[in-house]
Amino acid sequence: MSARLARRDHRDAWLFLLPVIAVILLVAVWPLARTFFFSFTDAYLDEPSVYSMVGFDNFIEILQDRSWWIAVKNTLIFAAISVAIETVLGLAIALLLNSAIPGRGLARAAILVPWAIPVVVATKMWEWMLNDQFGVINKVLSGLGLVDHGIAWTASSSLIMGVVIFVDVWMTTPFMVLLILAGLQLISPEIFEAADVDGIPAWKRFWSITLPMLRPAIGVAVLFRVLDALRMFDLAYVLAASNENVMTVSIYARDRLISFQELGVGSAASTWVFLLVAFVAIIIIGVLRLDKAAGT
Amino acid sequence: MASVSLHSVSKSFGTHAVIQGVELQIDDGEFVVFVGPSGCGKSTLLRIVAGLVAPTDGVVAIGGDDVTDVPASRRGVAFVFQSYALYPHMSVARNIGFALETLGMAKEAVSQKVLSVARMLKVDHLMDRRPRELSGGQRQRVAIGRALVRQPEIFLFDEPLSNLDSDLRMEMRLEIARLHNDLKTTMIYVTHDQSEAMTLADRIVVLNHGRIEQVGTPQQLYHAPDNRFVAGFIGSPRMNFMGVSSQATAGRIVGAGNLSLALASSDLENPITEIGIRPEGLRLVAEGDGRMVCILERIEDLGHEHFGYCRISDDTVWVIRLPEAPSPDRIGKPVGLDFADAAVFAFAGDGRRIALAGLQKMAAEAPLP
Amino acid sequence: MQNAIAQRAPRKPASFYRLKRRVVRGLQIFALLLVLIYTLFPYYWAFVSSTKQGAALYRSALLPALDFTYYRQLIDNPIFMGSLLNSAYVAVSTTLLSLIIGISAAYALGRIDFPQRRAMLMIVLMISIFPQVVVLSGLFELINWLGLFNRPSALILTYLLSTVPFTTWILTTFIREFPRELEEAAIIDGCSHFRILMKILLPLMGPSLASTGILAFILAWNEFLFALTFTLTDENRTVPVAIGLIAGTSRYEYPFGQIMAASVTVTLPLIAVVLVFQRRIVAGLTAGAVKG
Ligand SMILES: Nc1ncnc2c1ncn2[C@@H]1O[C@H](COP(=O)(O)OP(=O)(O)OP(=O)(O)O)[C@@H](O)[C@H]1O
Ligand SMILES: [Mg+2]
Repeated sequence: MSARLARRDHRDAWLFLLPVIAVILLVAVWPLARTFFFSFTDAYLDEPSVYSMVGFDNFIEILQDRSWWIAVKNTLIFAAISVAIETVLGLAIALLLNSAIPGRGLARAAILVPWAIPVVVATKMWEWMLNDQFGVINKVLSGLGLVDHGIAWTASSSLIMGVVIFVDVWMTTPFMVLLILAGLQLISPEIFEAADVDGIPAWKRFWSITLPMLRPAIGVAVLFRVLDALRMFDLAYVLAASNENVMTVSIYARDRLISFQELGVGSAASTWVFLLVAFVAIIIIGVLRLDKAAGT
Repeated sequence: MASVSLHSVSKSFGTHAVIQGVELQIDDGEFVVFVGPSGCGKSTLLRIVAGLVAPTDGVVAIGGDDVTDVPASRRGVAFVFQSYALYPHMSVARNIGFALETLGMAKEAVSQKVLSVARMLKVDHLMDRRPRELSGGQRQRVAIGRALVRQPEIFLFDEPLSNLDSDLRMEMRLEIARLHNDLKTTMIYVTHDQSEAMTLADRIVVLNHGRIEQVGTPQQLYHAPDNRFVAGFIGSPRMNFMGVSSQATAGRIVGAGNLSLALASSDLENPITEIGIRPEGLRLVAEGDGRMVCILERIEDLGHEHFGYCRISDDTVWVIRLPEAPSPDRIGKPVGLDFADAAVFAFAGDGRRIALAGLQKMAAEAPLP
Repeated sequence: MQNAIAQRAPRKPASFYRLKRRVVRGLQIFALLLVLIYTLFPYYWAFVSSTKQGAALYRSALLPALDFTYYRQLIDNPIFMGSLLNSAYVAVSTTLLSLIIGISAAYALGRIDFPQRRAMLMIVLMISIFPQVVVLSGLFELINWLGLFNRPSALILTYLLSTVPFTTWILTTFIREFPRELEEAAIIDGCSHFRILMKILLPLMGPSLASTGILAFILAWNEFLFALTFTLTDENRTVPVAIGLIAGTSRYEYPFGQIMAASVTVTLPLIAVVLVFQRRIVAGLTAGAVKG
């Protein structure tokens, strides 16, 4: 009966949502569907309309490609290590910036700088600082007598993953700091005052009060960061193009698709990336129980 | 001006039933107050009348017309919110005139109407201010002005005075009463405040868990509550209750504090499980006198009135309203309590009030031992 | 009177606590300095390097030489200036479009009760986190079909993929913070949903729109994958791609001076915005995550 009043509201809601739905259909759903479709074909990028259906051949081809598995391994290692470091470092910096010390306002602004800098720029800056002959870092290290000749940070196959993680940590720790700081500010200071009066030692206060109360904030931040790290492209690409030591699944898929023009195989690779990320997302959401923590 | 009627109105949010089968008839020009504990659905019911919330079920009629499907702006209602909900970015004048502006009324006509309403509410010197530059009372006046300017058939108020301090609350209460007197418009008013309800209402609607417990004039609710809930809810301090047991063979009910009431035989068919007496129905007397014994634990002196706290048993403390402060020596000592039979309310196990035929008659007889 | 537990705790002399407090304070300030160096030094170093010519670049003097030759070269370089313009055009258009689309969607998602609301919110959230490479082939086809390949407009369209869900999500949380009664009052005053959005909410949402817009702008300004894939020729590139593709004739002639000058140039507006709108940015970032 009076469902009619509600129905009018619903109709208005869809009208307001029309633009966003159009955008989502146009640039997300449709391309996604086409990617799925192409992954079952043998099409090439220069002539996408000429193809035949090949079933699951492309998917199998990807799984049989050694490079794909290297890319998967690189991506997972990169995501796990960089997010772990970012979380710990972010937590430490957030705790520091949350205490009343002179200059923390400046630091809160400064922390945004690495976050706002384009990935490409940040990569170039660190590439220059880590240059084996002229880089300031090697100069400092040899000045301190720690090394006798410059380390080839970005050229060495064993160090380059470390460099990628290091630069990523530099760029994205601010995000962690901001989210954790926001979480810290939601905790009533009276809780800490109560703990203070009760004589709870600092480390215990951290483990039994701060950390549990920050769990939702950290959980959300970790989820966002892990999903972001799993799709990492620009940093490794700019630093090392298609160097196998840091090739991520995104670089692998784009290479097959654009550089090798293999629309079919490249789409299959993209689909595997999609499944990989979805799988990891589900695991994280399950482990952190974020669906409950972040009830919208 | 218009009547309002609600017919088997229900509202659920998901599976949570907030309003359940409400039947209510409000006459043209009547001032009706909704009271009830927090979360019982007062605001929701008011919003259903306004058209801000669509009922899950039932019919809302205004002036005899079914308006269940009519949007809020076409129902001829005005709503005054607890938080005032003034538009923060608009001046007082524009706040008041916004509805007329939305209707497409000519500018001069709008400002004329706005000015006359503002004069009436004594906010005409504030016309260019923003809401945040006003005091609480001034904001309240502007909010009422915004309602008035639309010349609604029904005014809806949702706890309009609860953000004001007690002096202002009194003043605005008078003003709303005067407004109703002048306009004779139907008003529905939600409040937490007993004295607002008792002084403003033609009739009070007591809600509990989304159902109407009782509808009646303030006097009816006070003197003849239908059930234990209404008896406990209306009146401040609240009614004193005590569980009792019926001794059908002896024709009486007994309870803690040596309470023993004889009943007429007709009263014995409904087992009485609880009785209640209002604080103003009790008198403090010497130990041994009166109809109950208890220990006077504490006296609260509010200046113009006094309350005594009497322990009747381990888990029962009654409040007595005292005309004057008793001597402090009596604290901690046993005292007697006396009351008239007519002051006793009796309730059945399901909470219904049972009118006592026997007790009323006995009032004239000698006090019980 | 008996000793309370709290009083029985052993207590050291006052000087011990004073010293301890000073040591802690000193360590904190030291840590803060480290944080500042860690976050700011690379950018400072980029600036220093960009003002050194020739051999000076390779001697790691900590002070800038303040020789702006590279910057002059950049300004005189039509390709670089063109990519700067492209970036600005793409980022500004993307931001405006996403704000308009986002606010409209956010009003429905934040304010109107309709059965599929939660599902829509989840879809929006999911799209904002899935990897862009997944839609690359489909988008490639779409852009070719629309005739937008190698045109900056292609980037505007594709950037909406990440900016629209993101602005929608953040603006939804912002809209929810407004008291509902404000709109109910407007409904009673006879406003349509459209009028409520335009006359009541929009005038109040300036700060929220600013936060969200800045974040969308930064996202669009910094994007790399789509810009690399959907533009082909130098004059259509955005700045990140232009910088990413600068290369020297050999590894030893890598033009770090020029690259640093270009890096400083494209980052300067961002850093200015970030420092000026620091609070708003943090509000936007955390609105999306913590309260979401
Ligand atoms: N939009 C909503 N969605 C879900 N539940 C709601 C909504 N609005 C109200 N409720 C629930 O309905 C019940 C009644 O709410 P309502 O606001 O009508 O109570 P109230 O009697 O006005 O209380 P108060 O005196 O505290 O204002 C509450 O339990 C509330 O949680
Ligand atoms: Mg209410």
